[in-house]
Amino acid sequence: MNVTVLDRKPDRGAQSHLGFIDCDVHPYVKGPNDFDPFLSKRWLEHKQTIGGRTRQGLAKTSMYPRMSPGVGMRMDSWPKTGGHPGSDLPMMQEQLLDLFDVAYGLLAPLVGGAGGERNVEFGAAMATAVNEWQLAHWCDPDPRLLGAIQVNVEHTEAAIAEIEKRAGDRRFAQVNIPPRGLEPLGRRRYWPILEACAANGFPVSLHLGGTGGHASTGGGWPSFYHEEHPSYVQTMQTLVTSLVCEGVFERIPNLKIVLVEGGFAWLPALCWRLDKHWKRLRAEVPHLKRSPSEYVHDHIWVTTQPIEEPERPQDMLSILEWIGPDRVMFSTDYPHWDQDDPRYAFKIPLPDDWKRKIYRDNARALYNLD
Amino acid sequence: MNRHVVAKVEDIQPGTRKIVTVKGREIGIFRVGDDFYGLINRCPHQGAPLCRGEIVSRLVAPSPGDYRLTRPGEMIRCPWHCWEFDIRTGQSLCDPNSVQARAFDVAVEPGRALVEGPFVAESVPVTVEETYVVVTL
Ligand code: FES
Repeated sequence: MNVTVLDRKPDRGAQSHLGFIDCDVHPYVKGPNDFDPFLSKRWLEHKQTIGGRTRQGLAKTSMYPRMSPGVGMRMDSWPKTGGHPGSDLPMMQEQLLDLFDVAYGLLAPLVGGAGGERNVEFGAAMATAVNEWQLAHWCDPDPRLLGAIQVNVEHTEAAIAEIEKRAGDRRFAQVNIPPRGLEPLGRRRYWPILEACAANGFPVSLHLGGTGGHASTGGGWPSFYHEEHPSYVQTMQTLVTSLVCEGVFERIPNLKIVLVEGGFAWLPALCWRLDKHWKRLRAEVPHLKRSPSEYVHDHIWVTTQPIEEPERPQDMLSILEWIGPDRVMFSTDYPHWDQDDPRYAFKIPLPDDWKRKIYRDNARALYNLD
Repeated sequence: MNRHVVAKVEDIQPGTRKIVTVKGREIGIFRVGDDFYGLINRCPHQGAPLCRGEIVSRLVAPSPGDYRLTRPGEMIRCPWHCWEFDIRTGQSLCDPNSVQARAFDVAVEPGRALVEGPFVAESVPVTVEETYVVVTL
């Protein structure tokens, strides 16, 4: 049968997408010098004469272009005025914020390289600069946009100082940590930073990407981007498992973790596996007082994009039910090539109360927004 | 159904496209060699402006490492999630039997014929000397 799928109308509750909260919006720099005004002379000169040192194995190799010509961006998001997708606020307003009357957009800046910088003092300086840049270029001009505090987790004191400096500043919604680090995030060396996030009321967002310096899969480097893509899921699984097994949620009961851009359909199966083995291996991890799935449900939120598209679309409802519709938050990933459109991302209509939660209320409650 | 004059033939060079609006619908008119095709400018996946994507070939590999670039310039790749569609038919590469972008009838007509028959030329003035691209919709 040859079905022409076209002129598909947005599903019946389309209006309820208006005013949604977008949990993954990518701002970009207009030019390489955008951060300079926010760096001290000492670090500006470093940036200009020495530059960054990432954990990526091969110098000047890039994880992009990633399929879509250019740099892995939605092709219609290149500003007419020049510059890079995501660098132009009026265009972001036109294509996203105003188009859908977005209530809040949570910024996920993947620029500046602060998180993966090997020179941790420089990484800390870049983190501060990127934070100031978010305020000056995005959050202040459009208060719907909420910043994500950048830190370099290998510099504990500086990271904590940065978190504490931003505490109480409602322009920042969360702390952003790249999920690919030197060690799994649950390790003790990171606890003081995670404690600072929780103590200052910031959820921690783990947005996929980053260069940990390790092969991106446990079995070695992938050949194709198609192969790389699911490796992001493996990274997310590693972090969830690490945070649970190390007892982080026992130690920091008010820690909230948001997994961004990792999809979510894999989470229930991971929990089933962890629960099964917890029954057998409890003696090894006696600090876990509850089943792994309980920790996951109490402490972990997921964002939707890139949303899974099950072969039988209605299976999505089961997946959402297993995770809990109170833990799923809509995200577009604008302006990346694989972004989701709020009108069409879900292939089945959601129950109205789930829809309200997923598009708005969960994020509103988590980030304490009005 | 009406016949709409949407461009002069020379306005659309081989390997290029032009996006036109007919009855409020955006349609991409593609020229592959000397043939013209029309596709709705709306991706069946999530509604992106399909016809603004890259025009590419159809790359096939009968076995790993054995690559054949076939049908150059006959596929359009969506500017968002990169699903590919056959410009000639609108059929998708990922799921040709059930996912399709609507295709429109496109013909080339001499101005002389158009001047005689009924047609709609909202934005393209027609003269007998020229040749035109005509969409039926
Ligand atoms: S909107 Fe075209 S591939 Fe998704």
